[in-house]
Amino acid sequence: MRKPEFVYVTYIETTPANLWDALTSSAFTKLYWWNTEVKSDWKVGSPFALVTNGTTTDVGEVLEFDRPRRLSYTFHHILNEAAKKERPSRVTFVLEPAGKLVKLTLTHEDFAEDSVVLSGISSGWPAILSSLKSLLESGSALEIPPPCGGIQ
Amino acid sequence: MNIDNFKPAIVYSIYIASTPEQVWEALTSAEFSRKYFFGNAVEVDLRVGGAYVMRTPDGSLHINGEVIECDPPRKLTVTFNVNWPALIEKLGATLVTYEIESAGDAIRLTMIEAHDRPLSDDILSGGRQGWPAILSSLKSLLETGAPLVVKMAPPQRMLEALKRMGIATP
Repeated sequence: MRKPEFVYVTYIETTPANLWDALTSSAFTKLYWWNTEVKSDWKVGSPFALVTNGTTTDVGEVLEFDRPRRLSYTFHHILNEAAKKERPSRVTFVLEPAGKLVKLTLTHEDFAEDSVVLSGISSGWPAILSSLKSLLESGSALEIPPPCGGIQ
Repeated sequence: MNIDNFKPAIVYSIYIASTPEQVWEALTSAEFSRKYFFGNAVEVDLRVGGAYVMRTPDGSLHINGEVIECDPPRKLTVTFNVNWPALIEKLGATLVTYEIESAGDAIRLTMIEAHDRPLSDDILSGGRQGWPAILSSLKSLLETGAPLVVKMAPPQRMLEALKRMGIATP
């Protein structure tokens, strides 16, 4: 059987460099990710964290940082008790130029069995990446509530 | 055809700064779909049992289906059969559902491709490659007025799998 994973592909009219900055700069992520800041010095092996309105929700470690092509970090949710008990999963972004566009592929994988994190991120990522696409293409992020039951 | 036998194989959600009515229009009008669906024109008779077809830019029939559920502007389910000989016989019908839900100032559009039997990753690779490009372009069109120009190679992996199954493709 296939291992549980979440894969999301979207095409964005922007440059790989701009998209890379949007994924790795906290000033940028605050605009489209429910005021969430990504925190890291982005050296391989360094800590990674997501901080929303001052509260750290997720932590991890930088696995790959190959600007502007490939970004990967481990992902451990620490607010929800059930999620906190699970082992860290892994997030990888791959950016590929496609004409005037960038094809962005997110793969979130390596989940614990019956992971509660998997169901949370499955509703979270499409909202986050849709808002990111809007911001880069139209200049405005989306005004959408965090998905119900989502832990992102 | 009993739609209860169909299980989701590909699910793709995208949030769009738009209204349910505009998204519905974009999903059901030829003028809109030509812009974001690789040039293909949707023609649909919006009632249960009505015809749902998609024509390529040269006018030939590409998708041949019928409306199964129609609840404007919230839900549209259609059979979505690529018009290649032997395809239905070997793979069964394809069911596509679009759901449109409000989400803050935006909407969430969810596309569900379902089948009445398990299909291989090779066969599903065509839809997995196509839907994100189509729906990303639809979002751009509604938000910025301009669709995306997505340059994409033919779905080689799927075409080879079809060929191995004896399904002739153009």
